[in-house]
Amino acid sequence: MTDTLLEAKALTKHFTLHGDIYAKLAGEKRQVLKAVDGIDFEIRRGETLGLVGESGCGKSTTARLVTRLVEPTSGAVRLKGEDLLAFSPTQLKQARKAIQLVFQDPYSSLNPRKTIMHILSRPMEIHGLAQSWSEKRSRVLDLLQRVGLGIEHIDRYPHEFSGGQRQRIAIARALSVDPELVIGDEPVSALDVSIQAQILNLFRRLQEELGLTYLFIAHDLSVIRHISDRVAVMYVGKIVETGPAGLLFEEPLHPYTKALLAAVPEADPDKPRPRLTLKGEVSTPIDPPPGCRLCGRCPRETAICAEVAPPLVDVGAGRQVACHNL
Amino acid sequence: MAETVLELDDLTVRFHLRRGDLTAVDGVSFAIGRSETFGLVGESGSGKSVTARAIMRLIPDPPGEIARGRVLFEGGNVLDKSDAEMRALRGRRIAMVFQEPMSALNPVFTVCDQISDALRTNLGLGKQEARERVVELLSLVGIPSPRRRLDSYVHEFSGGMRQRVMLAMALSCSPSFLIADEPTTALDVTIQATILELITSMIERFGMSLLFITHNLGVVAHSCDKVGVMYASHIVELASKRAIFASPQHPYTRGLLASIPRLDASASYLTPIAGSVCNMMSPPTGCKFHPRCTHAMDVCRSEVPRLKEVAPGHLAACHLHDRGS
Repeated sequence: MTDTLLEAKALTKHFTLHGDIYAKLAGEKRQVLKAVDGIDFEIRRGETLGLVGESGCGKSTTARLVTRLVEPTSGAVRLKGEDLLAFSPTQLKQARKAIQLVFQDPYSSLNPRKTIMHILSRPMEIHGLAQSWSEKRSRVLDLLQRVGLGIEHIDRYPHEFSGGQRQRIAIARALSVDPELVIGDEPVSALDVSIQAQILNLFRRLQEELGLTYLFIAHDLSVIRHISDRVAVMYVGKIVETGPAGLLFEEPLHPYTKALLAAVPEADPDKPRPRLTLKGEVSTPIDPPPGCRLCGRCPRETAICAEVAPPLVDVGAGRQVACHNL
Repeated sequence: MAETVLELDDLTVRFHLRRGDLTAVDGVSFAIGRSETFGLVGESGSGKSVTARAIMRLIPDPPGEIARGRVLFEGGNVLDKSDAEMRALRGRRIAMVFQEPMSALNPVFTVCDQISDALRTNLGLGKQEARERVVELLSLVGIPSPRRRLDSYVHEFSGGMRQRVMLAMALSCSPSFLIADEPTTALDVTIQATILELITSMIERFGMSLLFITHNLGVVAHSCDKVGVMYASHIVELASKRAIFASPQHPYTRGLLASIPRLDASASYLTPIAGSVCNMMSPPTGCKFHPRCTHAMDVCRSEVPRLKEVAPGHLAACHLHDRGS
């Protein structure tokens, strides 16, 4: 398919845990943390895919896998149809020009000892996009303007900026190499709500102006609802539901998606009180049992759930759900 | 209104820093009645937590200083109390739950040790008695098989369970007033829902009053009776929860509400508040919100607006409301 920009197939990352020395002496089997366990998704050119889930569900590992910052255990990642995992280092460098990341914490993702000019021009040098100093400078000024900063900011250091401004710089850095796909890993989570709205608007405007494609990771459901065209909901290493944002939020199908939505406190006293419709706490990704990950918590559980992991199946209207008991 | 339990009157907290003086809380006044839940909302740095700490007299001095005002708790001024009187107050009459349980609890003592410490000091219980009481408290806050978890350390609990332990500790001496400082901010949304439910049920069960500090307007909408909105050290609006959400009167409150993306509707663009929070070391003159305000007038640049009644029981600090009077 030509309009698929990035595709993940059965993407898996297992971390082997190093147990303590006693476990080793006793010859116990090493535990395996299944951070991402066979997920499939595709991102079409020009759209925003929102990836949502609670902490530890594998959202950030997914972002690192599709950029090959972490090597997958198995599965495939295809960028414009080509297998990213088979790329040589040179090809990978080219691919990374097309995929850029914006991280959560703008305090730790910008080098405090470099000026904004350096931070924004270095990626251009690495990818050979600008030769002379004046060319770089004019491109950097362009970028600053694009993200709503001014010419006076170019020779300053990151500590001179507020959190929101720093996130603008991080976005400008991602744009400095003309990427096609921008991955935002909780890019607005550290910001206050009035600033968060500014940055969300900036993401939206840049997408319209530059035709960007986004993989937007967040734990805040209303942010995901706002920014995404399609949404994938993750729970303990698996995608449990995907679909167009509007449909998924108006009529969630998977018990986990329903529970997640029911737990959100909305800023409207007339909305129902937030509550948890699941039993217990988030299950562990360490040596999980074979069945559905929601086993033991789910109100719709039947015998099959404990034995067979439900596959993600099409249910029409562009939606997919992984549940035995729809 | 019910009998007033806590009343802040013109509370002003200043920090003397090397770079100059910073007024973190400026002339804050509000009252909380018995069994009432009061939400204090604002963005980071607005002075919410400093207000809470000032009530408990937990402001480090130096560099901090309660420069002005009174904190009346059950009639007496907390600021006039001796250290011994404060010790009798903290934990026993007013308890506090913090945002980050991992740093508020001690990692080298077991849960039982920490909670029974408060019980033995404050209530003079014996070791065995205290242990039994801890079991009751842990089961009260919904920790499964509490007897088995008594000798566990904090790191052996999940985030939600840690917050339950904190709540058990806060409730241990049956305080009449609870201060919760962003108790659910570090938690996932599903865990947040259970902790909010737990706090609400405890408040009702023990008839406590609650000062709930949060930046999340969604949380306020579901767990408070009255709401105070703080911006840059001032309370800018004070009203019942319904009034705040149905007819916000201060441009900042309106801006905050418009900034929140909604679950039930999709708009392509949000309406953010322009600019960013002022530098508290050199705040603007007049209304501190005026550089970001779309309604700013000349008077806003020169005069600090006073909090005044704009509707029955609804107070706002904005010059826009001067015209009518």
